[in-house]
Amino acid sequence: MPRFESIDHLREYRRQLIAKRDPNQPQVLVCAGPGCLPMGSEDVAAAFREELEKNGLAAKVVLKECGCHGLCAGAVRVLLRPQEITYQHVKAEDVPEIVEKTLKDGQVVDRLVYEDPHTQEKAAHKKDIPFFKGQMPIVLRKLDVIDPTSLDDYLALGGYRGLRKALLEMKADDIIDAIDKSGLRGRGGGGFPTGRKWRICQEVEDEPKFIICNGDEGDPGAFMDRAVMEGDPHAVIEGMIIGAFAIGASKGYIYVRHEYPLAVSRLQMAIDQCRESGFLGKNILRSGFDFDIKISRGAGAFVCGEETSLIHSMEGFIGEPSPRPPYPAQSGLFGKPTVINNVETWANVPEIINLGADWYADIGTEKSKGTKVFSLVGAVNQTGLVEVPMGTTLRQIVYDLGGGIRQDREFKAVQTGGPSGGCIPPQFLDLPVDYDSLQSVGSIMGSGGMIVMDTSSCMVDVARYFINFLYQESCGKCTPCREGLKQILFILDEIIHGRGQEEHLGLMEELCAVMSAASICGLGKSAVNPIRSTMKYFREEYLSHIRDKKCHALVCRPLLKYTVDPETCTGCLACVRECPVGAISGKKKMAQEIDQELCIKCGLCYEACQFEAIKIE
Amino acid sequence: MVWKISDETAYDTLGEEVRLTINGVPIRAPQDQSLLVTARQNGFEIPTLCYHRDLPSEGHCRLCVVEIGEYPRTQIVNSCTYPTQAGLVVQTHSETVLQARRLVLELLLARTPKAKLIQEMAAAHGVYESRFKTDDPEELCILCGLCVRTCREVVGVSAISMKGRTPDKQVATPFMEKSPACIGCGSCAFVCPTNVIPYTEKDGVRTIWGRDFELQACNVCGNYIAPKYQLEHWAKLTGDPVETFFVCRDCR
Ligand SMILES: Cc1cc2nc3c(=O)[nH]c(=O)nc-3n(C[C@H](O)[C@H](O)[C@H](O)COP(=O)(O)O)c2cc1C
Ligand code: SF4
Ligand code: SF4
Ligand code: SF4
Ligand code: FES
Ligand code: FES
Repeated sequence: MPRFESIDHLREYRRQLIAKRDPNQPQVLVCAGPGCLPMGSEDVAAAFREELEKNGLAAKVVLKECGCHGLCAGAVRVLLRPQEITYQHVKAEDVPEIVEKTLKDGQVVDRLVYEDPHTQEKAAHKKDIPFFKGQMPIVLRKLDVIDPTSLDDYLALGGYRGLRKALLEMKADDIIDAIDKSGLRGRGGGGFPTGRKWRICQEVEDEPKFIICNGDEGDPGAFMDRAVMEGDPHAVIEGMIIGAFAIGASKGYIYVRHEYPLAVSRLQMAIDQCRESGFLGKNILRSGFDFDIKISRGAGAFVCGEETSLIHSMEGFIGEPSPRPPYPAQSGLFGKPTVINNVETWANVPEIINLGADWYADIGTEKSKGTKVFSLVGAVNQTGLVEVPMGTTLRQIVYDLGGGIRQDREFKAVQTGGPSGGCIPPQFLDLPVDYDSLQSVGSIMGSGGMIVMDTSSCMVDVARYFINFLYQESCGKCTPCREGLKQILFILDEIIHGRGQEEHLGLMEELCAVMSAASICGLGKSAVNPIRSTMKYFREEYLSHIRDKKCHALVCRPLLKYTVDPETCTGCLACVRECPVGAISGKKKMAQEIDQELCIKCGLCYEACQFEAIKIE
Repeated sequence: MVWKISDETAYDTLGEEVRLTINGVPIRAPQDQSLLVTARQNGFEIPTLCYHRDLPSEGHCRLCVVEIGEYPRTQIVNSCTYPTQAGLVVQTHSETVLQARRLVLELLLARTPKAKLIQEMAAAHGVYESRFKTDDPEELCILCGLCVRTCREVVGVSAISMKGRTPDKQVATPFMEKSPACIGCGSCAFVCPTNVIPYTEKDGVRTIWGRDFELQACNVCGNYIAPKYQLEHWAKLTGDPVETFFVCRDCR
């Protein structure tokens, strides 16, 4: 890698780089993202390497291991360019056939292509697959085509053009104006206007200033930030350099969740490349601006993603939040003005500067601009990472991109925003998703988790699941969150065990009111969302648990009743042998009976019976 | 309106004087001083559990909440850390505030049903029993953090800290063993509002946090002054020979 001595030097290097690359050269892009890697990306890539070698194609075909291709349900995915054919569920064994048929012959391997879950129609090309059609990738744009360890790949796709423009053509104020005008809001949870945050920090008269990239991503099951850090690390770094220049920061930190070792090594590699080529360090691109970035490993708790808590943990103290004000932008790391933004927020910055605030502000809704990455999981046919313009409806996301509900079940709810998001019922499926609309229905954007639930979910159980998570993760510093979560969890347990009373609902509402108003940090404040939303939209479910002692989704075990259907029972006694408390009795070859007093609702009899004679209600 | 300076202001960095209103009364007070201090200086009482004028506020208990802003855009904040700012409109006893305080106290009452202070404060807010579940009827610690802050900020040894998260949060010594840093001064036990930190003195030995400290008697009157270990700590800090401290304050 050369050291770029000037902006012209960079431009010339990029020109040559692009001239050297043939856009029609065949490329094999193996997904090595968070979903595919554990399914064998490395084996698939190795098989390609070997097979290309064997066929004398090694010099002709480019092979890369890339970041997440989006439709993770089809892990391991392979993208073939320039045709843009995408294969799914690829195993090492499939590779010879792909090389033989597709690379040599230009034919499609039918059995490896996408199949519509409803019509069973096949589609080989990315552009024909509904999952990709409705998307507008900005942050994820480069993930499936670049080698994340290659700075050249990033440069060839226009990387560091935003930085070049910022340093060459813009003053600090212009950059902040542009971010302001673009309408970019924080992608990590609160949705605070990024430009405004930068301005506050810029205006504080104190030195030094810091910037932090929040890569803690504590929401269980979420992996948007991880995919970006692993798949396009330079985008995050470029955004940070631009931000640092705008606010006058001399040092930046990327706080990465400790479970993400690959993200750490990719980011470290990118930082090293930047130092070598003059994007980081002293006198960046001869502009006179000095800036460097260090990686900081997360402390492991969910609450450490909260900004004040994250800062304390970086300072070596216990990762507990502290009351704001002061906001980090005024007094953050080591008491100095600090801008902290989420991974996805930073990754948006280079494109906004490069393509202009107006371009960005044209995308999205009135108050939420641009796109948002969601990790779409749960009961949909196609799970994965999607990036859609703000204002896309839930229905589009769940049905068009997600391919509808698995096993053609009925949609019941979608929970957005991670564990402290609300559960949104079917009547809001046509809601255009943005910060404000989600809030208006009792949920949050959060960092972009999206869990789809079908009718097999019990909403009381769902609420309990999230409350229990939050209870375990609450730092316990403030009374409303610590004691409130404990009491709500206790009440939910009572309800699930058939000991619920109607007064419990009012009591939980009172707790929600004090938690959302008086907790120190966002954890306690937003922990009420799963409770309030389920109590509001699925109240009858609570009531049936409380009044009728019934869980209609057949999830809450203590409320289930196991009986033997005398018509179907063959008297084989399989259930009798399984029952750990001897609650089932009857003569051999005759219908059995379950003693309801003794039954502990373990469900073992249900599983043991081959004749479906055990009924649950 | 007369602007009073009580000695409490000395503990906050004084900013320039600004105007705000508390409960409809126009007030002038130094900017950035905590709202709690500003309110108290002006005769508006706000209950607190984790505030101490000699310690930095951390906002644990949430009893000191007040409502700021104008209807309908109001917000609940804890007054012990919220800064006095120009133009603030503050309510110290709005219905929302009182409801929040009552519930906080009701929750604490369920946590520490036998803590006298909590019983009294709850009763003062009209809460006589809790509708919530009690885990451990013998629990007394309200996790206000006063002990931890005292040991860290005043004593300067950080022998104890908050351990764990919500489900098993507690004040403890490192690794739950006898803390080598503890000098046996007893300040934590002294500051604890619910008297939960076990502390005994018997036959010239003080026991605290599971550790025994031999007490030093006054060379003049023979009364016990403090643990020897603590006096050695002082000696180290001041550079004076430890014997300097072997005479109690009364006899000096
Ligand atoms: C309990 C809790 C956990 C959080 N976890 C994260 C996280 O994992 N990643 C993140 O970017 N922001 C997280 N946040 C939000 C941060 O506090 C902060 O608002 C954000 O990093 C600011 O960046 P943004 O403006 O770009 O969104 C969390 C907030 C709370 C209350
Ligand atoms: S709201 Fe919960 S997580 Fe946040 S400071 Fe309070 S106890 Fe800790
Ligand atoms: S007795 Fe020990 S723990 Fe308590 S304040 Fe003194 S030094 Fe700290
Ligand atoms: S031991 Fe006492 S001072 Fe320490 S946190 Fe508990 S109640 Fe507060
Ligand atoms: S990780 Fe391979 S498609 Fe998402
Ligand atoms: S006194 Fe302010 S939160 Fe406890």
